[in-house]
Amino acid sequence: MSAIRFLLGSEPRVLADIDPCMTLLDYLRLEEGLTGTKEGCNEGDCGACTVVRARLCDGALRYEAINSCILLIGALHGCQIITVEHLAGSDGALHPVQQALVDFHGSQCGFCTPGFVMSIYAASRQGCAANIDDTLAGNLCRCTGYAPIVRAAERVLSNPPEGPDVAALEILQSYAHDETVSLGGFHAPATLDDLATLIEAHPDAVILAGATDVGLWVTKQMRRLATVIYVGRVAELARIHQGPDGMEIGAGVSYGDAMAAIAAPYPDFAEIIRRIGSVQIRNLGTIGGNVANGSPIGDALPCLIAAGATLHLRRGPGQHESARRSLAVEDFFIDYGKQDLAPGEFVESITLPYPEDGAWFRAYKVSKRFDQDISAVLGAFNLVHENGVIARARIAFGGMAAIPKRATAVEAALIGAPWSEATVARAMAAMSEDFAPIDDLRASAAYRLRVAKNLLMRLYIETTEPAQETRLVGA
Amino acid sequence: MSVPSPQPHDSAHKHVTGRAVFIDDMVAPAGLLHVYFGISAQAHARIRRLDLAPVRAADGVVLVVAAEDIPGVNDISPTHRHDEPVFAEGLVEYHGQPLFAVAAETRDQARRAALLAGVEYDPLTPVLTVAEAVENGVMVTEPLTLARGDAAAALEASPKRIKGRMIVGGQDHFYLEGQIALALPGEDGAVTVISSTQHPTEVQHMVAATLGLKSSAVTVEVRRMGGAFGGKETQGNLFAVAAALVASLTGRAAKARPDRDDDMIITGKRHDFQIDYDVGFDEDGIIQAVDMTYAARCGWSADLSGPVTDRALFHADNCYYFPHVHLVSAPLKTNSVSNTAFRGFGGPQGMLGAERLIEEIAFALGRDPLEIRKANLYGDAGRDVTPYHQTVEDNLAPEIIAALEVQCDYAARREEIRRHNAQSKVLKRGLALTPVKFGISFTATAFNQAGALIHIYRDGSIHLNHGGTEMGQGLYIKVAQVVAEEFKLPLDAVEITATTTAKVPNTSATAASSGSDLNGMAAQAAARTLKDRLVAFAAEQWQEAPGEIEFLAPGRVRVGARDMAFAELIDAAYMGRVSLSSTGFYKTPKIHWDRASGRGRPFYYFAYGAACSEVTVDTLTGEYRVVRVDILHDVGASLNTAIDIGQIEGGFVQGMGWLTTEELIWDDAGHFLSHAPSTYKIPACGDRPREFNVAILENARNREDTIYGSKAVGEPPLMLAMSVLHALSDAVASVADHKICPRLDTPATPERVLMAIDKLKA
Repeated sequence: MSAIRFLLGSEPRVLADIDPCMTLLDYLRLEEGLTGTKEGCNEGDCGACTVVRARLCDGALRYEAINSCILLIGALHGCQIITVEHLAGSDGALHPVQQALVDFHGSQCGFCTPGFVMSIYAASRQGCAANIDDTLAGNLCRCTGYAPIVRAAERVLSNPPEGPDVAALEILQSYAHDETVSLGGFHAPATLDDLATLIEAHPDAVILAGATDVGLWVTKQMRRLATVIYVGRVAELARIHQGPDGMEIGAGVSYGDAMAAIAAPYPDFAEIIRRIGSVQIRNLGTIGGNVANGSPIGDALPCLIAAGATLHLRRGPGQHESARRSLAVEDFFIDYGKQDLAPGEFVESITLPYPEDGAWFRAYKVSKRFDQDISAVLGAFNLVHENGVIARARIAFGGMAAIPKRATAVEAALIGAPWSEATVARAMAAMSEDFAPIDDLRASAAYRLRVAKNLLMRLYIETTEPAQETRLVGA
Repeated sequence: MSVPSPQPHDSAHKHVTGRAVFIDDMVAPAGLLHVYFGISAQAHARIRRLDLAPVRAADGVVLVVAAEDIPGVNDISPTHRHDEPVFAEGLVEYHGQPLFAVAAETRDQARRAALLAGVEYDPLTPVLTVAEAVENGVMVTEPLTLARGDAAAALEASPKRIKGRMIVGGQDHFYLEGQIALALPGEDGAVTVISSTQHPTEVQHMVAATLGLKSSAVTVEVRRMGGAFGGKETQGNLFAVAAALVASLTGRAAKARPDRDDDMIITGKRHDFQIDYDVGFDEDGIIQAVDMTYAARCGWSADLSGPVTDRALFHADNCYYFPHVHLVSAPLKTNSVSNTAFRGFGGPQGMLGAERLIEEIAFALGRDPLEIRKANLYGDAGRDVTPYHQTVEDNLAPEIIAALEVQCDYAARREEIRRHNAQSKVLKRGLALTPVKFGISFTATAFNQAGALIHIYRDGSIHLNHGGTEMGQGLYIKVAQVVAEEFKLPLDAVEITATTTAKVPNTSATAASSGSDLNGMAAQAAARTLKDRLVAFAAEQWQEAPGEIEFLAPGRVRVGARDMAFAELIDAAYMGRVSLSSTGFYKTPKIHWDRASGRGRPFYYFAYGAACSEVTVDTLTGEYRVVRVDILHDVGASLNTAIDIGQIEGGFVQGMGWLTTEELIWDDAGHFLSHAPSTYKIPACGDRPREFNVAILENARNREDTIYGSKAVGEPPLMLAMSVLHALSDAVASVADHKICPRLDTPATPERVLMAIDKLKA
């Protein structure tokens, strides 16, 4: 197939020729003349470009706020895109979200407003009892101080969701097929085998999942991407399988879906995911992408390492074992920007083992701003405590080295030692053996080291004096 | 009734439907060219070679312009110091300084081409920090001294004395709509520029000067900005000039819009300051004498740094009486962006100095800072003269503080926090109540004037225009309310129209919180001129005494015993050959200022407010949350409480961002690093105060004659956020039993807070 089909509002669109680097935002504003959606930052951080993507999910439409500025147009196949222009009635009557923002004086300059409208609209369509701070964390407003917008959102979200859009559902169902969509250097396979074949055939291709990183290569570095292989249509990659040894998370599972699945066994890990980007970013970005792009500040990575997760890599089609290999997540990261990934190979899934009975799994993120900020330090701790002694310890940090890295000296200081203030003091001192962090614009080296040590102290207080409040977030 | 009335923003419906047209949303004129700047990669260097051939050869490029292509003067200094070239000429003085501009068929082509220039630099040593600038000693404009009494002698004689230093960080405006201008070529070299600017008249002057045109050949228009906050008072000039230059040289429409990162790299920000203070006080905490030096990082050119640093000194007293005082500004030159206007315009930095003094005294004496604040407020005769010799006649600070202290339950919460902190190991709470007194008027007296234009058409509809610009603050709706109220018409009878230099000339920037004070009065004057004509006409026409003619809501007019629709009267007036168009003009009375002697009445009146903030600090990481904020703020007799509360809430959160998480970071070579929202963190939704109680001071009609007794509200609420900084300081101080002043510098990022905690624990 060589066409991308999607719905723009209620109107079908068929694109037979695309520039694989065109963003959805540019498409809306420049090609469709839909200028209600704004460009604020062009990097998925301000939310002025927020639109809603509806897609088929278990036979129904799922509505998700996304950043149109970093989503590449090829990723739209089979979706419906709803923009601020599509909400008001044909008679001009405001949608309840829009009316609430007027009634509560939720707009001042108005530039961020369409993005807020769409974030609240997505939450209202999805009908989840969402935390409003979280719903709106990806939308920056510089005028109002948010208070009136929150009041408007509270009113809207206290009402039941709208009924299903049967017409859109049927059209999207008619767009669904298992063939690879290929046009203009953009390939969107629908099956895992087709994906594996394409990646093997185009080892230099850019593998695109949510575009939350690749999108910035385009918008900020102005890189031209000759060949792009989009994984978002591959249903097998988006599955979470509860196996006997752990949870197998497909590389294409979004942060949002992973967060829901991880919350029960690993509440702190789920809270870390909640603080990755914003709703918009978590609807696009994937756990697999967080691993595969090898960023030293990927927030999922220290948690995966501390939990003892295994990475499954694949090369080429077919079910035979030679096409696959597995390794510990921590072994995947070799050095800054360098991963243990052969040409033609890709991340297929991650196995996250269930926590040991009685283990303390704690993860703490420290950043300048609580929401939608990149970590200065992220510490993940997995301690097993037997008869007053630390029996096993897996501790990993982000933001402390060029790669997400285990704190082996700290672990050694803990293992076999009684869980006491003296042990913790020795282990905190050992942090300086594990890490020599750098100064950068997020934090100084001194602060990073200090905080890394203190996070162990936080863990100690939480496990020994549970009545003490220790958290401003994620309590 | 249109005044007072909590009307929604005039564009609220358009905002929420996406139909409010910002400049980048306008339908592109045929043949539109896109303009992009090529910028300096170095902070301070001589340009050895600038090879633009690769730029010219790039796909889609139509024109490349550099300094030598400017037909008029290569300068856009708003204070006419000739220190701000559009394009560098041989010397670059900051990282991000425009070297040239390229115009191409698409924006993508222009953006790519702008990166292709071959630039060779001979590096020079950059002056980057305030400390280096003090050492270097070069100022961008003349410093100011304010003095009263004999500070030196009084300091010597004071029973107690503390000296210290405070570092105050800058702030990026982070308007959501970046800088943008669209230029349309006209006949005979004329040009129209649609510019996202707070100051259309200045854009007009800059375009005229750089193109070598008369001002009359340049028209500048702006319907709305997507936020400005001072960042579009002068910083839009560059983009408007570049677009106009390309339009003029090519005869094609041209639009200049930088990417967010480039916008943040190229344009000026709030000034960062180093405040050196020396305060003398007695055993009761009463200030005897103050000596402070406010050294500001102004950047590479003067821009508005003179009036910004002046305003810092004007607010170095905040609400407090200094019996003997000596204040000096140091507007220092550095190799960084030219810092500029930002909501508060130096006032916030000035006040932080005063509040630091209060804090130092409180810690030195072991008292609650609120007691020291109250003890030092301006008072009756003998304690009512500012460092610039203006008498404080309208002091509302004592009343506001007293009321807020009760409303927010300060004393009980202070006790509760003390108990909490005694038992909580990790999380410590802090509380602070701080006041604000902000002087209203441009300190450049001439700017305190405004014009308006009203046309009444034969159907009774009204076309309103004035010199003020709409950046989200609700100026347009407030002025429309004034006009509707004057004619007793429903608000929708008044058509709000884009600000343009073609309708109202010689305007001042919409700045200094002056928008509704000035333009509201000018529009009222225009309306009253028209009403006088209509009354005279009706009296003559229907043979009634003028006193028998009355405008009545909604849209009726009583002429003696006759009742008629407003439109009927208008049609009759037209037939009677009455002019149905009028300008209105206003200039602020009573103000005068002699900078050389440091004496006068620069401000028509003061706006007051106070806020009480409570925070919780994590003493292991330095992270914090603002738990509760109570605000009581003075807006005089509000024209529109909905708009005013929006300004208070929004200003507070913006001020909180400045003092907490918004950190401007440069590397050692002077490259600006935090140039995007991924690295520059303004408050997000979850950072707003958990509990946020905002009240407007009741029965507070302005004692001066302002529009319907209202007061300016744009800037003053920003400074209410000082309460957050002081609450953080209070929480930090708790780790050393409130014995040591934490001397928390800003922005008080989690890192700074943790470092302060560790210092106190050590």
